[in-house]
Amino acid sequence: MFDFVKTVLIAFPKGFYTTFKHLFKKPVTFQYPKEKMPMAPRYRGLHYLENYEDGSERCVCCGLCAAACPADAIYMEPAENEKGERYSEVYEINLLRCIYCGFCEEACPEEAIFLGHEYEFSNDSRDSFIYTKDQMLANRPTKEKPFKKIIRKVRRIF
Amino acid sequence: MLLDTVIFYICAIFAVGGAVMMILQRNPVASVMFMIVSLIAQAVLYVQLSALFVGALLIIVYAGAILVLFLFVIMLLNLRGERFEEERPKLGLTTKYGLAIIFFFEIVIIIKQTVFTGSISQSPITVASDFGNVKPVAELLFTKYLFPFELTSILLLVAIVGAVLMAKKENNDKGEQI
Amino acid sequence: MSTVAFLIASAVKVTVIVTVVLMGVAWATWLERKLLGRFQHRIGPNMAGPYGLLQPIADAVKLIFKEDIVPDKAEKVTYALAPIISFIPALLSFAVVPVSDTLTIFDQRIDMVISDLNIGILFVFAVTSLGVYGIVLAGWSAGSKYSLLGGIRSSAQMISYEVAYGLSIIGVILLANTLSMVELVEQQDSLFNWFIFRQPLGFVLFVVCAVAETNRSPFDLPEAESELVAGYLTEYSSTRYSLFFMAEYANMIAVSAVATTIFLGGWQGPILPPFVWFAIKVFFFMCFYIWIRATLPRLRYDMLMNFGWKVLFPLALANVMVTAFLQRL
Repeated sequence: MFDFVKTVLIAFPKGFYTTFKHLFKKPVTFQYPKEKMPMAPRYRGLHYLENYEDGSERCVCCGLCAAACPADAIYMEPAENEKGERYSEVYEINLLRCIYCGFCEEACPEEAIFLGHEYEFSNDSRDSFIYTKDQMLANRPTKEKPFKKIIRKVRRIF
Repeated sequence: MLLDTVIFYICAIFAVGGAVMMILQRNPVASVMFMIVSLIAQAVLYVQLSALFVGALLIIVYAGAILVLFLFVIMLLNLRGERFEEERPKLGLTTKYGLAIIFFFEIVIIIKQTVFTGSISQSPITVASDFGNVKPVAELLFTKYLFPFELTSILLLVAIVGAVLMAKKENNDKGEQI
Repeated sequence: MSTVAFLIASAVKVTVIVTVVLMGVAWATWLERKLLGRFQHRIGPNMAGPYGLLQPIADAVKLIFKEDIVPDKAEKVTYALAPIISFIPALLSFAVVPVSDTLTIFDQRIDMVISDLNIGILFVFAVTSLGVYGIVLAGWSAGSKYSLLGGIRSSAQMISYEVAYGLSIIGVILLANTLSMVELVEQQDSLFNWFIFRQPLGFVLFVVCAVAETNRSPFDLPEAESELVAGYLTEYSSTRYSLFFMAEYANMIAVSAVATTIFLGGWQGPILPPFVWFAIKVFFFMCFYIWIRATLPRLRYDMLMNFGWKVLFPLALANVMVTAFLQRL
């Protein structure tokens, strides 16, 4: 009986006060398509390929990324250009196989491949998830990824 | 007034028709629904006699509470009508028709004594304007009919105690509920 | 006033009140979603129109254009009737609620109530008690076990709480010495004459029972999502579902209006016109409903029954006895 009175007279007003307090707090909602959550610097999203400043490709098709890939998602075919430099004629990543572990960007000796912050690449056909070299060169972000520095640091240690 | 007459006949048809359909229905839930229709029509008839209180009580007590309990029991037991076929009381044809004829003549006699003798149409019984409202009903209930009223309440109390006793679960030796 | 004028005035009043109530129902859903969202640090609907104000229209259009599914096992006639049976009583109880003081237009005094019955409160209770049929029949006719359980629960719950619901206002009737809603409002002419201050326990009991009667959280056992899918609503879809939905919100508004009339002084209030005061009070009562939903978790079924019969019912009886005793003193 006493417990019941205590519940009604103390616990109930307390609970109502708590909810009332929360009524005036700022909503935590992100209006997703309009505003996006800021990403963590190490977030691993869609891959992109880097170029040198003069526009030539960094990738030399060494195959280390493919070797490092635990999901076997990378396929590449090498070729030589007229100056005798190696480059990748075909460079494809199957994004449905990819587990976004980031081993490829750590393995790359030329700092050519990175995982960007892009995550909106849904599609309705499976074939469109095999990203080719042109697509990955195109979706290079304008801002440099801060993760590059971290990679360089890690490489110096090992 | 014309409107009153129209409403009276509509409600009378619903009240009698609902009662008849209630008996004829094989599905118990449909029976209960027709009974509700009949009760609501009766309540409207009471309201027409300016006995608002009686009409409201009819709906609150019967339509609102008792028939809900009827429905409740029917739904709990999930009666769907067919099972009653064999369980019907086996009355002889003579008894059936005999009873029907007796009831029919009773009704005829009642109607004859009231309507066709002209006692209603010629000399309408004058009632107070607040007849059937809260105050007159309460005054009668707590003065003239106080003893029957208290008797009824005791009867209901006994019924409640009996219901509680029957619904109460028995405890076994260890004090657990079975 | 002649019969024709009376009929016209009544027709106008009925039309206006039904329209306002239906609008209120539509935007009560908006209010609930918006407020509940803010209680939970969300924004609530904000896409359809400014502040999501057109959301009810979008919802209505969506619901109407959905497929109307009737289960194979359903009792077709009852299944079709149940939503209507549950919706009409919700609207009927507005017939005796006075929304404003008597208006005088063209030397004609117009009561701002559809019908000033001398048993107004009893009419409200009679009509509310019929509302349970819609739910019970919906649960029974759908031919699904979840619906049936929801229907059985709701009938048991509504019968149990109706007793305390009725008793909770007897204190007010004893003090006011009338059953007419109009006279009740006229008696609450100053703030301390409001029956909420003269009958505080009665008001608390009334609110608790009213929440249970309208099947709202924390007493929303008939449609307990976590156990019964959606209770009596499980098999319903399209327009019929929306009728049940409207019935729930119309019931909420009806109960708010009745509570305002009985306990919160109806249209009485200073400065502002009477019907504005009435609207404000009903609005705050609705907000309180939503506040309760945001705060309290759902009761377990046996707790609900225990609470109804072992706490509310004795308290209501005690309230009636004490009030009667003090009144006689």
